[in-house]
Amino acid sequence: MFHKEKNIQIKNSASALYNNLSVLRIAPRRLTYFTVVHANVVNMVSASWDGLNYSHRQLQSKEPNVATSTSLIMQAAFCVLPSRELLVVTSQKGIQMYESDGSIMVYWHALDTPETPTAQAVFARGIAAVSENYVCVGVSSGAILVFDVPSKGSNITLSEVLEEHKESITDIASECSGSQECVANLVTVDDGGSLCVWKSGEEFQLLNKIGGFDISCSSVKLWKGTVVAGYGSGQIRIYEAVTGILQSEINAHARWIYSLDIAPFSGLLLSAAEDSYVRVWHLSVTPETNSVEVAHLHNECVTDTQICGAKFCDGDGYAFAVTGYDLSEIIRYTQT
Amino acid sequence: MSTRTLPLVFINLGGEMLYILDQRLQAQNTSVDNSEKGRSFFTQEQKLLCFRLNMQDHKYFLFSFMGVPHWAAGVWSENDRKRVMSDIVGTMFSKAFMDELLKPQQLYSHRTMKTVLTRLAHTSIMRLNPASMEKLYELMVMAFKYQVYLCPRPKDLLLITYNHMDAIREFVRDTPAVANQVDETHRKLIEVYSPLSEGEFQLLRQTLLVFFQDMHVRVSLFLKNQIQKPNGRFTLTMSGPVPHGGEVPGLIRLLDVKGREVSRHEFPSGGSYSSAVREGSFDLHGDRVLRLGVNMYTMNYPEETHTSRNICAQPDDVPNLLAKEELNLLARIMGSMKTEHVHSAEGSFRLNLFASDQEEEEAGSSGGARDFEVINIQAMQDEQAAAELARIAGQFAEEEVRHEEQSSSKGDELLAMMDDL
Repeated sequence: MFHKEKNIQIKNSASALYNNLSVLRIAPRRLTYFTVVHANVVNMVSASWDGLNYSHRQLQSKEPNVATSTSLIMQAAFCVLPSRELLVVTSQKGIQMYESDGSIMVYWHALDTPETPTAQAVFARGIAAVSENYVCVGVSSGAILVFDVPSKGSNITLSEVLEEHKESITDIASECSGSQECVANLVTVDDGGSLCVWKSGEEFQLLNKIGGFDISCSSVKLWKGTVVAGYGSGQIRIYEAVTGILQSEINAHARWIYSLDIAPFSGLLLSAAEDSYVRVWHLSVTPETNSVEVAHLHNECVTDTQICGAKFCDGDGYAFAVTGYDLSEIIRYTQT
Repeated sequence: MSTRTLPLVFINLGGEMLYILDQRLQAQNTSVDNSEKGRSFFTQEQKLLCFRLNMQDHKYFLFSFMGVPHWAAGVWSENDRKRVMSDIVGTMFSKAFMDELLKPQQLYSHRTMKTVLTRLAHTSIMRLNPASMEKLYELMVMAFKYQVYLCPRPKDLLLITYNHMDAIREFVRDTPAVANQVDETHRKLIEVYSPLSEGEFQLLRQTLLVFFQDMHVRVSLFLKNQIQKPNGRFTLTMSGPVPHGGEVPGLIRLLDVKGREVSRHEFPSGGSYSSAVREGSFDLHGDRVLRLGVNMYTMNYPEETHTSRNICAQPDDVPNLLAKEELNLLARIMGSMKTEHVHSAEGSFRLNLFASDQEEEEAGSSGGARDFEVINIQAMQDEQAAAELARIAGQFAEEEVRHEEQSSSKGDELLAMMDDL
């Protein structure tokens, strides 16, 4: 179903972090951007569709001052809003927002880091663009920071802080950015496996909270009102967002799941874990009957690699890319 | 990221160091047929001179000393060995040192780790020159990287640590005072780490993996057991039991609104996994079940501690920009180590992990200089800590002095053969 394409070399190896790959397709320029985090650096590669041109850029985590220790980056992700695209980078010290090509930093938000380190680690993790003009970022305390992003310029402001989670945020997902109307358009998950479902607005509204079972949820996606969540146990669970009803449970992987992705136009689901496997599934959701169907389509084994990032390169799921811990390349697959 | 990595790092790296030292010291003793005779043959002055502990097999060890008086062999008695172990363990598990490690703090650079571990080794009667320490450090780190990488569940990091502690307890069972310290530390670890969630353990593990990133030093024991490939990367198997709490992959279940199963179907998972085995014990004593962290080195494989560097970038090559914070950490940790255990160079035994002086000098000239630079501090607020650090710097300088002459040309030939590994 899929065959391997030529790998893309990156300047550093990927770190073992959840969702450690972000992809942005720039159709007008026939380019795709990839970002992979290595310790305190974000490696960006811009790849032309004809496979002939690759250009690299590296972004460092911002240090409040020179004397402090290096700040490790937890995640880098592209945020696509109707008016603009941003690259958001979260670290131990704060949140940086760049123009999508990484050329200019447009915003910096510092986290409250204590003078002497505390037992509870401090960092930001979990990034998603929501609705017309919001970017949501999770924090280790469990808070979700909601930033209001104007259509251009750097006048980004912190609009709201959502305090519902008790454990560190692991991932955030949204759907219906822009035109569509959705009941629930944001889901946030944490280290304890709790899921919160929200509706965005001037004041975000909590629609549902689904308790965890002390199994960390490392990756989550929202599609057609359905939450797809990947867990440390290697399981994938599918919930109906608004009601919180568990619709499907898949014993998907033998080790911790690190990344999930959905191709919205085709319903293809991608899951990747430390067990070296990337699996492709097909999801179909029938809203009228609130039913979900899952079919397994394909496996790819990346030998001797603990996978940390996997993303589709386009909305149909025609191609996907994979990163692994200690690997200095992005591995790509395309449908045959 | 995680602020709770240091105690686990030191205990596990320290544990690996003790495994290697124990193996080297024991291999040295059994290589000579009449070590008993040898022991009584040595004078006190002879014991003070440097000697070789080779990395190759017994035959080479004996062969290379044909031109050299055989007093060079068999210096380490059983008591010497036990004393080395209990001195190091005593310092590592001292209350002051452990309390310092248990404070929440970031994990710092390899340089800092190496400096503190060298200091730890030097609290015994043993002396390691910078080149030997470098090799020892690589071995220790690669072993721990392997254990962390293959750790089935993040929480199993504790079982790996407890495996090391169980073995350490065995090393010092003849010294009750030190054995008690180990037990005390174990209790403290149980207290501190038991409340952590699986997610927090995964953060800890991810922090450790950043620390180990890009290290691909090949270790002959790992290559031989095929847990490491020739390119230095570890192998992962797609078989065996799933981690405790996990499910064997291959099943899709669909549920109705009431949570009842409506249908189930299987999919090919590609691997051949089996159900989880029973969970190991997290108590002071007990069957840990997990084998990661137990002593991989046995008397049968003396060449195990042979490493070869890959061309991959070493993290240490990058200048360390966080000097001030790390030096403060270094000062605090050094200050908390018991000073009465530090022996002067005259009463100490040198331990050489290299095959020949020549190799050692070549490595030492570059490695030593690098380490010296780190300790060159300009201003320190803590006078005592500064004095300590200055003394360590001095110790490194002493290491540069060589007493022994070169091994014979036959030894060089064999060395060349060994390098072809």
